[in-house]
Amino acid sequence: MSPKKYASVDRSRCASCGECTRVCPKGAINVFYGCFAAVNIENCIGCGKCARACPAGCIKVNSFR
Amino acid sequence: MKSKYWYDYLWIWSIVYFSLGFFNILFAWLGMIDFFVPIIIAVFAGNKWFCNRLCGRGQLFSKLGGALKFFGNRQAPRWLVSKWFRYGFLAFFLAMFLNMIFQTYLVASKARTLNEAIKLFWTFEVPWRWTYKAGTVPDWIAQFSFGFYGLMLTSMLIGLVVMVLYKPRTWCVFCPMGTMTQSICKLKHRSNLNKK
Repeated sequence: MSPKKYASVDRSRCASCGECTRVCPKGAINVFYGCFAAVNIENCIGCGKCARACPAGCIKVNSFR
Repeated sequence: MKSKYWYDYLWIWSIVYFSLGFFNILFAWLGMIDFFVPIIIAVFAGNKWFCNRLCGRGQLFSKLGGALKFFGNRQAPRWLVSKWFRYGFLAFFLAMFLNMIFQTYLVASKARTLNEAIKLFWTFEVPWRWTYKAGTVPDWIAQFSFGFYGLMLTSMLIGLVVMVLYKPRTWCVFCPMGTMTQSICKLKHRSNLNKK
């Protein structure tokens, strides 16, 4: 079984523009009080759409080991 | 497919705004909505709902950028999306905004005459006199319109350039309004942020 993938946000670089929330097919990412994007790992399927859309390049897709 | 809401069509507002200003510069004042609403939402609701849902300009970049995918979807250089650049650009933009207010004050106090032109990129003066009939309103109201429209058009053009060069909403990373409202939100929720 392949390891579960999930997205993670570098909060210090996030501009909280919300582009990631628009492209997420699972609604697994939200903008936390207008400050930065936060991923709900349980809902995240690690598809990487948010990482590709993020104009600040502050989202990465990781795997659980 | 996600269902659409009324605010998903606000990109039309962005086009309408710039079109109106091409025919009558006094419509530039409508841009103050885009200036005050994000701040009001950030101060009272403590979020960036304007940027995330209501920003017509951002939506327009998404739409155009999506349609022009053949330009590529390159990541902007790191310096362009760095904190230093974002806050530096905000400071520069606010300074230019204050300068525009000062120019309006000079016209209001009759220290200088109305300049029926817009300034693009804070440098190039573009004649825009067909959009205004002298004497329609007090000169300072018209002066503010020319100044504000120039500021709005300049930021739109910068946004379009980075949209073509990089990802569609690259402008949103260093948009002065976005940086300002994010700072307000961070200040407002600093106790929550420390817990997170």
